[in-house]
Amino acid sequence: MYESPIKEFFRSSLKNFNFMIGAIMFFSILVLAVFADQIAPYEYDAGNPAAKLMEPCKEHLFGTDEMGRDLFSRIVYGARITLKVALIGGSIQLVLGVVVGLFCGYFGGIVDKAMLFLADLTWCVPGMVMALAVVTVIGTNLTNAIIAIALVNWASMARTVRAKTMSLKNMAFIETGVAFGESDLSLMFRYILPNIVPALIVMVSMALPSTIMSTTTLSFLGVGSQPPSPDWGLMVSDGIQYITKAPWLAIYPGLALVYTVLSFTILGEGLRDLLDPRMKSQG
Amino acid sequence: MNDELLRLENVFINYRVRGGYLNAVKDVSFSVNRGEIFAVVGESGCGKSTVAHSIMRLLDKNAVVLGNIKYNGKNLMELSNKQITGIRGHDIGMIFQNPLDSLNPVYTTGAQVNEAIRLDGINKLDGWKKVIELYRSVKMPDAEKRVHAYPHEMSGGMRQRVMISMMLSRNPSLLIADEPTTALDVTIEAQILEIISQLKVEFGTAVMLITHNFGLVAEVADRVAIMYAGELVEQGDVFEIFREPKHPYTRLLMKALPRGTKHEGRLQTIDGTVPRLMAIQPSCRFANRCPLAREICHNQDPAVRALSATHTYRCHFAEEEEV
Amino acid sequence: MEKMQPVIQIEHLSKHFSIDNGFFSKGKKTVKAVNDFTLNLEKGKILGLVGESGSGKTTLARVILNLTSATEGMVLVNGIDMSKCSAAQKKELRKNIAVVFQDPLSNLNPRETVMSSIIRPMVLHGMKRSLAREKAYEVLESVKMDTHYLNSYPHQLSGGQLQRIAIARALAMSPEIMILDEPTSALDISVQAQILNLLLDLQEKHQLTYMIITHDLNVIRYISDQVAVMYLGQLVEYGETKMMCSNPSHPYSKALMAASPILDPTMRGREKDIMKGDPGSLINFPSGCSFHPRCRYAEEICMQKKPEMERIDENHWARCHLCAQKTVSTTH
Repeated sequence: MYESPIKEFFRSSLKNFNFMIGAIMFFSILVLAVFADQIAPYEYDAGNPAAKLMEPCKEHLFGTDEMGRDLFSRIVYGARITLKVALIGGSIQLVLGVVVGLFCGYFGGIVDKAMLFLADLTWCVPGMVMALAVVTVIGTNLTNAIIAIALVNWASMARTVRAKTMSLKNMAFIETGVAFGESDLSLMFRYILPNIVPALIVMVSMALPSTIMSTTTLSFLGVGSQPPSPDWGLMVSDGIQYITKAPWLAIYPGLALVYTVLSFTILGEGLRDLLDPRMKSQG
Repeated sequence: MNDELLRLENVFINYRVRGGYLNAVKDVSFSVNRGEIFAVVGESGCGKSTVAHSIMRLLDKNAVVLGNIKYNGKNLMELSNKQITGIRGHDIGMIFQNPLDSLNPVYTTGAQVNEAIRLDGINKLDGWKKVIELYRSVKMPDAEKRVHAYPHEMSGGMRQRVMISMMLSRNPSLLIADEPTTALDVTIEAQILEIISQLKVEFGTAVMLITHNFGLVAEVADRVAIMYAGELVEQGDVFEIFREPKHPYTRLLMKALPRGTKHEGRLQTIDGTVPRLMAIQPSCRFANRCPLAREICHNQDPAVRALSATHTYRCHFAEEEEV
Repeated sequence: MEKMQPVIQIEHLSKHFSIDNGFFSKGKKTVKAVNDFTLNLEKGKILGLVGESGSGKTTLARVILNLTSATEGMVLVNGIDMSKCSAAQKKELRKNIAVVFQDPLSNLNPRETVMSSIIRPMVLHGMKRSLAREKAYEVLESVKMDTHYLNSYPHQLSGGQLQRIAIARALAMSPEIMILDEPTSALDISVQAQILNLLLDLQEKHQLTYMIITHDLNVIRYISDQVAVMYLGQLVEYGETKMMCSNPSHPYSKALMAASPILDPTMRGREKDIMKGDPGSLINFPSGCSFHPRCRYAEEICMQKKPEMERIDENHWARCHLCAQKTVSTTH
């Protein structure tokens, strides 16, 4: 008779334009990533010197690059990388942001002040500069690039989680929980966290576009993914040299990036429309 | 009849929703006379606040108001936007439950009241003098200083005084007060109530007091209307109604109020719950909870009965039986 | 006759908060929410605590519940000081004292069903889930709600229903003591009547002890056995309900009674002692008696010396120089 919030969510999600479009777009990228082996006609690193720098044609939908590799296949396999970036980068930011935000917001005091100071530090230095520095130190590969960007970006999520924790902390059901014997950890993770989840979902989906772009930029600069990886950023970087002769080499990966970022942005906005007003009506 | 300031005739208020209309106010008729304090009392969801907002045409766009709302003979529903804006503040003032929501935090309260005064063409300097006068008339302590205070520097009671003086500044004949003291402490509430009851003596202003608190009604109202689920179930002279309430809802409600101690017995309760906004059907909306209810109550709108010239109610049966 | 140990003993309790004046200004301001508060709560009785906003009544409740620590003084629940207990002992003691806060909309976790909110305290203290669920059915029925609501979420329910559920959850642990902070302020008159009746029935049935905090004098007069009046963090008067409501001694209590609307229009013309001014600040206290700026009887001594709680009568105390004097003069 009464629907759980999850069922209510699915019902109204079907009516939300942003959400549906964003979800479809995201789903398309997911399909590319999961079924890359089936969809891509060639291996991503299968070079064919005879076929280098070919224009888009029947055998090569998006043309070939300077090593004769099929661009379309590389873009399809590249989806895996992009999603890996989104997943790992997003997760690190989420976990760091949630744990730090919860502890700071809940306990306050010295812990809070110390963490805020640290977070403020990450704001002071320009993100990319700091990320470059981190990656230079720990080694230039994709995983490290992801970690570097996540370390730069987690602070804003922590701030939001902290703010929400502080406002929830004083609500009657939390105080009542303390009064009948709940432990601090229980209050943070059983009581407060579930109430932050809707905002978290929105936050994460809005943070992913910048995470993807920043990490891709590191690859573009050469300190992220290394060749022959089909990382779209790397492909753009390589393709720029041939921009007059073979513009498709830079354009298609660029478009793929735009499409992906757009899908997360639209999905994020759709989620926000769906989840935020519900939060308000839930009181 | 010249005494009549505001007259509502057969007012229905519906809200447009997906799939049709929901009815919030059903066939409400009453009048407010010059210089009197008229209370509209009821529990949450009864429509009293909706009625108040409809008079000033402050309802949401999806609200549809049917019937007549006449002020000094003029039908307010037929006025243009410009005309109704002219009436607001000048003829009819309104104050709400939370004055903090009505005041701009970045201007001093005096400046805001002055802004209202100057709508009538008074110049700035004269306006300031009038503000201080007004603050004094609502018994604002240290009136000259308070004129320069910001809303956040004032207590709840003081802010409500600011609102009253803002509304009085243009000498309206009617002040609509929607739960003006609900957010205030008892002692401050008493102060504000005294100011409100003095309004008719000092300014000749009539007050329409919207509240859920019967105590306030007993303290200051001249006449009262009791609403339930959008219907006006009983109205009339305050003394008569408290002495001899007729409608079963009014009677049960009065008995539900804690008056003495627990040793005198448990409080009266009313079975069931308030029905939600519903489509209009001929019936008495209290029927599902009324101890006197019979078949006819679910099928027919009860007619208005008069116990006296100053006491009417709507019920099929109340006269005959004890509740 | 052996006098039973009071269920709650509050002794010279003070709770002060310091608030930062900001990075650049020197010194901190102190909010003295509760000051030198002493009171006992007898078993099986209902104490009504009356005070306006800024009186410190909610802070007092939070200290009693050990949600925040005392600055000075102590609170003993059944003879034990919770703040000196280990975490395990505290958890055990918490079973015995339940609380229901004011706002029905925030009393329950919006993400949990009614059932899971009600069983949570029981499960936390080791009860088997299945037993806890059975108890949930029981308590929901005792608050006169249909058990199908157990599957609902808070946002689907009304204020009255939510408050009843909060009371049910408090009862599920079979506590000895219940502290209720404005339990009916947010409710309609008819719902309030149901809740008050319910509270009385439950108290009789389970021999509960209540502390009910409210600003509504009609509710206090109806339900309490004893009344305590709080002003600016201090207890200013304490006594049996009948006496307190018909003949209060302290000027503040008198003013509260006077300000409280009477449900009888014919009493309208009565002489009303309407207090002037606003409730004072918990930061800047007046000298001497903290009520003197608003007191119509204030004399020289009131501005200079802080009054103590003095016995006025059998089980009737007030903190006022003039009330004490009156007693002295009448006994001579």
